[in-house]
Amino acid sequence: MSSVELHVHNPVEDLLRQDRIPTIWCPGCGIGTTVNSFAHALLGLGIDLKKTSIVSGIGCSGRVSGYMNLDSFHTTHGRAIPFATGLKLANPELNVIVYSGDGDLTSIGGNHLIHAARRNIDLMVVCVNNMIYAMTGGQAAATTPGTSMSTTTPYGAFEPELNMPQLVDAAGACFVARWTAFHVKQLERTMAKALNKKGFRFIEVLSPCPTYYQRKNNLGDALAAMVDYKKRSKIKNGCNTWETALLPGGDIIVGEFVDREREDYLTLMRRQLGSNYTEFPPQAEEEAERCCSEC
Amino acid sequence: MHADPRCVLTGTHFINGDAACCEGALAAGARFAAGYPITPSTEIVERFAARAPKVGGLFIQMEDELASSIALQGMVWAGQKSFTVTSGPGYSLMMEHIGFAAITETPCVFVDVQRGGPSTGLPTLPAQGDMMQARFGSHGDYLTIALCPNSPQECFDLTIKAFNLAEKFRVPVMFMMDECVGHMTEKVVIPAADQIEVQPRRHASKPPSEFKLFEPGPDLVPEMAHAGEGYKVYVTGLTHDKRGYPLMNPQSQRELVTRLFDKIRRAADELTIIEAEGLDDADVVVVSYGITSRVAQRAIQMARDKGLKVGKLRLICVWPFPEKVIRDLAPKVKALVVPELNMGQVVLEVERCASGQCRVISVPHPGGTVHKPAEILAAIERGAR
Ligand code: SF4
Repeated sequence: MSSVELHVHNPVEDLLRQDRIPTIWCPGCGIGTTVNSFAHALLGLGIDLKKTSIVSGIGCSGRVSGYMNLDSFHTTHGRAIPFATGLKLANPELNVIVYSGDGDLTSIGGNHLIHAARRNIDLMVVCVNNMIYAMTGGQAAATTPGTSMSTTTPYGAFEPELNMPQLVDAAGACFVARWTAFHVKQLERTMAKALNKKGFRFIEVLSPCPTYYQRKNNLGDALAAMVDYKKRSKIKNGCNTWETALLPGGDIIVGEFVDREREDYLTLMRRQLGSNYTEFPPQAEEEAERCCSEC
Repeated sequence: MHADPRCVLTGTHFINGDAACCEGALAAGARFAAGYPITPSTEIVERFAARAPKVGGLFIQMEDELASSIALQGMVWAGQKSFTVTSGPGYSLMMEHIGFAAITETPCVFVDVQRGGPSTGLPTLPAQGDMMQARFGSHGDYLTIALCPNSPQECFDLTIKAFNLAEKFRVPVMFMMDECVGHMTEKVVIPAADQIEVQPRRHASKPPSEFKLFEPGPDLVPEMAHAGEGYKVYVTGLTHDKRGYPLMNPQSQRELVTRLFDKIRRAADELTIIEAEGLDDADVVVVSYGITSRVAQRAIQMARDKGLKVGKLRLICVWPFPEKVIRDLAPKVKALVVPELNMGQVVLEVERCASGQCRVISVPHPGGTVHKPAEILAAIERGAR
């Protein structure tokens, strides 16, 4: 009997570290779906992958950097953005993408999110919002909607949730968008658009966590989440970001909310420094030591 | 390799330790830095912010010390040399990223201009209370290198050394200044660039297809590749294998942590950096470091004037601790006197290595000012009895 090669090459595979598959993500988790959109966006643009770095913090979404076949940096909890800031400033040629979760980017790393947006550092930030601390076992996050149940809010949460688009818009981000794991094509297009833009770009993606968020709140499986996202989503491009809060059971406002031009940090710095900035070509190679005049 | 003349301010200067540290960093090849203002360290980056753009670099003032201590590591993985400066409260916030630099073997320098603590403590007054924090501050097991300058000249010379050691061993190096040394103004001679040895990055010598990011070399130190060079580096704070991929089990933990220790331990001789004087016939040896060594110098002179046989041992590199030096010395002397601007930190190491073979007399001081020479003299006299 002869065996037949049944493997059909998926172009996305080239962007993944094949030797790290399977991922740690649960069946039905939405993180991988967002990565698929991201990979297609990267491939579609034909950007120089050699010059593209991906930086994550800690958490389920923090594992994205390690599965991408790019320069991958899996940093500390909450600090992906400042690491990425250093990376970008010290080598402006790099495309630097921060890919991490809601707890990582908005809670423990919230201060860095605000200031990177304010500085308009040339970074694209993808925030996968599963509305819970998933890696540590389902604790409440700053993004857990309203009265949701979690392992640390056994009687329901008592805190309102953070509206990320409003926060980064107010801080000065030049591109702000939100989609859900249901909107794979829209997400890919928005990611491609953001990848082509300069400055601080922020994309929030709602993503189901069947293992914790869905289960704790009797929201069914991943498929139920997709049905829910489809039902509740309202596309409102250009929507004022103060109208995009995610309320339990309420509309999920999705789309591209902010797309403005603003000089990024390095461009502004160079312009303001003027003649105080000196280009610094590499030092000429030192001549090798010679043992005699013939050498 | 020699320093780049474009970054070296060759000449004789009258500057303080903070300024000298900045010039040392530039001479060592650092053109990038991240920091957050905190007294008494800020003058270093104030000067750097003015100097760096002239040599194609930059200083970024981050939103806090958590950010600056990781932004500098982004700069290093982008291919640059980088550092941050801080003092007690900021140093405490940086601890997590000292651990990150240790496990990812990111060569960089953390400058701590020590002030009185705990907490906000004494913002503008000296102490040496962060010495154990420099060794053990981040969680988990790792080794670092810590240098202690005692003059503005050494702030220049040893900052270069700190960068060189960071590159050679691929560790975060702790540059442990104190308020007095930082704010003291003295003559600093900056030599010509071709007189300054600079350790370049130990860059990958193999092409990407054959290269493993954490494959140890003969001295247990791996070579480094940067973002944007086609190596597709994978850098994680998780316990990892030679490729850098997370591998979390007892064997991989043992392999990695043991290597992080051994790469420093094997270099114990090279990292024994001390200044010794009159040890051969000494009854008492004063062991000190940083600003305290200059007060000790006076006390030693006073004791010698009284006819006592006193030696001086100044620890320039405090971590790794020069164990062998103390082990060899202890059986030959009556006492080791250890003055420091803390309630007794490095003295614990001296006691450990002396192992009961001689008296070890701690001369603690909570900081805020330096010792009086008479306090150290009294301890010397006690030791000589
Ligand atoms: S715990 Fe939730 S977020 Fe994490 S991998 Fe599983 S489904 Fe995804």
